[in-house]
Amino acid sequence: MIEKFDAIVVGAGPSGNAAAYTLAKGGLSVLQIERGEYPGSKNVQGAILYADMLERIIPEFRDEAPLERHIIEQRLWMLDEHSHMGTHFRSDVFNEAKPNRYTIVRAQFDRWFSRKVKEAGATVVCETTVTGLLRDPAGRVYGLTTDREGGEVHADVVILADGVNSLIAERAGLRPKVRPEHVALAVKEMHFLPREVIDQRFGLKENEGVVIEMAGTITAGMAGTGFLYTNGESISVGVGCLVSDFKENGTSPYVLLDRMKRHPSIAPLIADSEVKEYAAHLIPEGGYDAIPAIHGDGWMIVGDSGQFVNAMHREGSNLAMTTGRVAAETVLELRSTGKHMTAHNLSVYRKKLEASFVMKDLKKYRRLPSTLHDNKQFFTDYPRLLARAAETWFRVDGVEKKQKEREMVGSFFKSRGLRGLISDAFKVARAWR
Amino acid sequence: MHIVVCIKQVPDSAQIRVHPVTNTIMRQGVPTIINPYDLFSLEAALAIRDEHGGTVTVLSMGPPMAADSLRRALSIGADRAVLLTDRFFAGSDTLATSYALATAITKIASDQPVDMVFCGKQTIDGDTAQVGPGIARRLGFHQLTYVESVETIDRARRTVIVRRRAEGGVQVLRSELPCMVTMLEGSAVVRRGSMADALRAARADVTTWSAKDAGIEDISQCGLRGSPTVVRKVFAPQPRKEKAVLIEASAHDPVHMAEATIDTLFAALPGLNAELHAAAAR
Ligand SMILES: Cc1cc2nc3c(=O)[nH]c(=O)nc-3n(C[C@H](O)[C@H](O)[C@H](O)COP(=O)(O)OP(=O)(O)OC[C@H]3O[C@@H](n4cnc5c(N)ncnc54)[C@H](O)[C@@H]3O)c2cc1C
Repeated sequence: MIEKFDAIVVGAGPSGNAAAYTLAKGGLSVLQIERGEYPGSKNVQGAILYADMLERIIPEFRDEAPLERHIIEQRLWMLDEHSHMGTHFRSDVFNEAKPNRYTIVRAQFDRWFSRKVKEAGATVVCETTVTGLLRDPAGRVYGLTTDREGGEVHADVVILADGVNSLIAERAGLRPKVRPEHVALAVKEMHFLPREVIDQRFGLKENEGVVIEMAGTITAGMAGTGFLYTNGESISVGVGCLVSDFKENGTSPYVLLDRMKRHPSIAPLIADSEVKEYAAHLIPEGGYDAIPAIHGDGWMIVGDSGQFVNAMHREGSNLAMTTGRVAAETVLELRSTGKHMTAHNLSVYRKKLEASFVMKDLKKYRRLPSTLHDNKQFFTDYPRLLARAAETWFRVDGVEKKQKEREMVGSFFKSRGLRGLISDAFKVARAWR
Repeated sequence: MHIVVCIKQVPDSAQIRVHPVTNTIMRQGVPTIINPYDLFSLEAALAIRDEHGGTVTVLSMGPPMAADSLRRALSIGADRAVLLTDRFFAGSDTLATSYALATAITKIASDQPVDMVFCGKQTIDGDTAQVGPGIARRLGFHQLTYVESVETIDRARRTVIVRRRAEGGVQVLRSELPCMVTMLEGSAVVRRGSMADALRAARADVTTWSAKDAGIEDISQCGLRGSPTVVRKVFAPQPRKEKAVLIEASAHDPVHMAEATIDTLFAALPGLNAELHAAAAR
């Protein structure tokens, strides 16, 4: 006998868990299907958790969720081959009763979230891959197929939270294939060190943590960034670049990460550590213009699957949780007013997102992906120029300061030309607005 | 046929770390799995059930978290799951574990007689291979250890024929039921349950028994108190510094390759030549 549910959620990452939890709490019969051995087993993230978006779903999460450290210091680094320059912002204000950002380990975090989903009453099935959507002659989605024997299940609405590749929607013809210039490939390692050593190296106490975001020559001329996050007893280090750039450049991601780890500014931070995990994962970075259709008759798309990532601010899991929650709330509202899950009715989901920070932020940076893709000088020339300038400025060698200033300005003109400098400034300003 | 399969939730040994200072295994954050040999015994039990009908009950002793492993066994196709969990069981060695499991099996058998008990050859975290035989002794069952496959079951005669891997070959053994079998990895592929199995497992309540529920009256035979094993010292072996030697040779010239290998061996182990001669003389 084929079972029917009010809703089926595909995937147990942050977006799927937010959706399944909200739906189950709302009293619906919910089936969640995850292909991994357990929720989180397949998932990769830096990982910073933004508290606010989770708090809206599970207000008491701080008492239960496996959190590593709360962030009290943010560093933004621009690196060339020998140096880094940038800003550090550390504040005791971040040691607040309800901190805003935490580092997490996704495998553990996702498991906890999934337990909450089960407690809320959803039926969660793991080690099961969804292979396709079932559509009636009019195109309405009424269920799906899985790779298990007798694997068909039906539902009023299917929420696709299956992550960046979004194969299910693509196979069903609901969206085009994800393009290589719209996704970054990131590699990441977990470096284990005793807690005290991490505390010492970064000047931390108790559960305080540091985040370092990096750009510059570490990406070998490709559009991308690196990161280093402190967990309780490990440090996550990673780097990611656009897939299209990797293809053009021919560099492999792990070579990039290896080189980055040997950078004189980074090596001492992870020295003597034991590497325990190596992971690679895609990140949707196409921004607003890459967002596909996210709803239709009987289906919705949430999280990475809908390209909901703000690459500039490294926000992904929070957009995933927010889109998951909003999709679920839309379903609950329709149910309570006795409405069907038609494309027209589900369009409320998109409207809600357009009115929220989700779409507004993505819209703000809609030009950024293509600007960075087409202007590699931001990852090559500028870091070098800035480092050289700082080096000139701080070296005390009897050269008069006026002369130093002339040299510094001159180096920028020589490298980029007046036109180049103006146009670069213009491009950044435009992409930023 | 009523078959009880004993399973243990173990840390995934591929992902374990040893604490550099205390030398203890760091279990925190290490994913858990069903002891791999137990999966082969579950598969063997399910295959017997498919052929002869009956029930497969999975049984585990462990912390409440071990319910996850039992639920996974249900999703593979087991019919019923029982978890033995009680603070009295903490610190059990193999003697105390086999006592608790055997008592629970007796309790399970009071509803429906048990024909076979399956265990894995050994666990990957303890490596003792003592619990299965311990259960067999306590229940008075025949024991068949290191079994690679169950060949046939004659229900009328109440006998079973198994292939047992022994030193120097394979033994084909016939035993009477009831019996206890410990399984090797075997050649059978562990099945994936159907969608119906997966849904049933996701919704199932794993029966949870305390020591008292399991019919255990003598608590002194359980946990640390019932465990005569004493751990004197725990240490992590020093990782050996392997010296790799590159032997230059061409694949087109196997004779030269063999000679080069032998030369390298003798050069690396100066005493080898004398040892071989001494061995030959003996
Ligand atoms: C290296 C790296 C660092 C990052 N750092 C951060 C950060 O610091 N902060 C932040 O907020 N975000 C970060 N992100 C982004 C963040 O990880 C994602 O935005 C977030 O995980 C998206 O959640 P999701 O639920 O949409 O998708 P996912 O987390 O990818 O979950 C999708 C789930 O669906 C399952 N699935 C897929 N296909 C199927 C199928 N056919 N059948 C069944 N199940 C299926 C998968 O197994 C998976 O569990 C980072 C990403 C990477 C790669």
